[in-house]
Amino acid sequence: MSSASKNSAAREAILRRVRAALPQSTPLPELPASGPWQTFEDPTTRFREVLESVGGLMVRVPDVGAADAWLRDFEPWKKSATRLTVIPGLGDSTLDLNSIDDPHALEHVGFAVLKGHFGVAENAAVWVTDADVRHRVLYFIPQHMALAIPASQIVNNMHEAYGRIQVGGYPFSGFISGPSKTADIEQSLVIGAHGARSLVVFLIEEW
Amino acid sequence: MSHPPLAAEFTANRSRAHWHDKALWFVREKRDRMANSVPEWEQLREHASAIKMHTVSQLPLYLEQFERNALALGVHVHWAETAEDHNRIVLEILQRHSVKRIVKSKSMLTEECHLNPFLEKNGIEVVDTDLGERIVQLRNEPPSHIVLPAIHIRKEEVGECFHEHLGTEKGASDPAYLTEAARGHLRQKFCQADAGITGVNFAIAETGGIVVCTNEGNADLGVSLPKVHIACMGIEKLIPRVSDLAVFLRLLARSATGQPITTYSSHFHGPRPGCELHVVLVDDGRSGIIQSSEFRRSLSCIRCGACMNTCPVYRRSGGHSYESTVPGPIGSILAPLKDSEKHSSLPFACSLCGSCTDVCPVKIDLHHQLLAMRGLLGQRRLIATSKKLSMKFVAGIMKRTWLFNLLGKFARLSLRVLPRFAIYHRFNPWGRQRELPEAPAKSFRQMYADRKSTASNPGDKSK
Repeated sequence: MSSASKNSAAREAILRRVRAALPQSTPLPELPASGPWQTFEDPTTRFREVLESVGGLMVRVPDVGAADAWLRDFEPWKKSATRLTVIPGLGDSTLDLNSIDDPHALEHVGFAVLKGHFGVAENAAVWVTDADVRHRVLYFIPQHMALAIPASQIVNNMHEAYGRIQVGGYPFSGFISGPSKTADIEQSLVIGAHGARSLVVFLIEEW
Repeated sequence: MSHPPLAAEFTANRSRAHWHDKALWFVREKRDRMANSVPEWEQLREHASAIKMHTVSQLPLYLEQFERNALALGVHVHWAETAEDHNRIVLEILQRHSVKRIVKSKSMLTEECHLNPFLEKNGIEVVDTDLGERIVQLRNEPPSHIVLPAIHIRKEEVGECFHEHLGTEKGASDPAYLTEAARGHLRQKFCQADAGITGVNFAIAETGGIVVCTNEGNADLGVSLPKVHIACMGIEKLIPRVSDLAVFLRLLARSATGQPITTYSSHFHGPRPGCELHVVLVDDGRSGIIQSSEFRRSLSCIRCGACMNTCPVYRRSGGHSYESTVPGPIGSILAPLKDSEKHSSLPFACSLCGSCTDVCPVKIDLHHQLLAMRGLLGQRRLIATSKKLSMKFVAGIMKRTWLFNLLGKFARLSLRVLPRFAIYHRFNPWGRQRELPEAPAKSFRQMYADRKSTASNPGDKSK
């Protein structure tokens, strides 16, 4: 048998077996984005608190220029030889992302400044998509990372979050909450497992 | 081997067993704090349970919908009836691309299928990239927990292992130092890999996409550099809608490690330009479980590990004593469903305390299923004669009130008057590794009768 016909035979066999004794159908619960889910009096404060508890840092600034000034004084940025930004006026790039075809060439990026769409107050997650970067590995490979979002874009919870995104529209999209971490050695929390060792989230008021 | 002798081996090292117990309880407490911080927690559990029950009741429909939408996104969809088929399919994809080296993120399914040894036998280098999994891989042993694979290993042992394999300094055991060494070592592996293999936390029928959750970013890094991504999933990982993800992502990390969400929750919908994304849908016995009304709900499991962290038996006996890919309460149901003879001792590694059922984010009735599984094993004549005889013996006593009362009196008296050597000896397993309780003056029946007579007295204030 060819692997295609093997595949369709296996498909039929599995579906047949699953159909053989299905339980009575039970209803799918409605999950309105409006709740009743947890909301916060001040979502931005909650976002900041949770982000700090997961090892990240929130920096609220009036505009892109102020974010740029803050970044240029940030140790990890100053120490990074290879830097990259996708936001004009916020940091600068030492390599041209558009000239890079193979994502392996991004191995040594020290700092990347990328775009987030919005933040979630309950868990400090920031929504990102590959529409904003040529290579999605940029969300995972830099030693340090900053995500910038408009300050008005903080939602309360995950239900509100999924209520406003088109998940299927991007080959890659996702939530990032804090820097990469592990506690696999004796439950000791270590920041900087495989991905970013630090994460700054800029909340920009006028953008 | 059965669970009791393996557990005895683990508890023989008392300080390690105690440490293991405490480490897991620490995680359980973190989970409690997180659960308590969400006012609608119980409602979320209800929803999660209902979504899973609904999905399984319409599974053929959702499988077909998922396949249709995934194909439209350019995903290659494969179907595997058995673990062997799964392994063969993965190997064929890798061989077609002349893959020599792969990086793999945590996937209980590929553990269940024993994919690693199979690929290695076929000349492919497999590197587990989750730090805990890399540690157990280098030590040549299976994970002992589904979320915390190396929870049974002390940092000094990790230090020795890394000294041998990664050349870290001898005697070094600082977790930050060791993690840094692993980071450097695994970065190389990520950059050299020809393909990345991941598990799947959730597959969304309405979009044809998959979601993978990690804290380390290893799954994401592993599939964002090489051109081939293979995602392996059991058919029970399906959920109908994108909006269902809100419920599950709110529950998963809070239940697993007491975090508000995992660092990375990656949604994959189709391959990167010029690359390939393969999804392998695996049955391997799951369709059989769907047919069982008693055990069907075990398929709702989202592999958070909360039932392990809270289980008094798991915490004290260690994951390896279960000899099963998924240990703990949920594993003690899934493993005998797969091979009831080999795993017949697991449903008895349980005091039926019900703590697992209380913490399960998808409300699997774990302790009820564990009890039902004992019944099933009895029907299949897979219960040891010693256990059956002692049960018959106790049942004989409990059926006769006079005998039960008499023996109760005798036991209370014995505990009071007998010298230690007459109580703590090898024929009394109840006195092993613990002090027996102080004997109360009265039996429960007597106390109950006393209480009833005072309560029926109309002049009594306690009424």
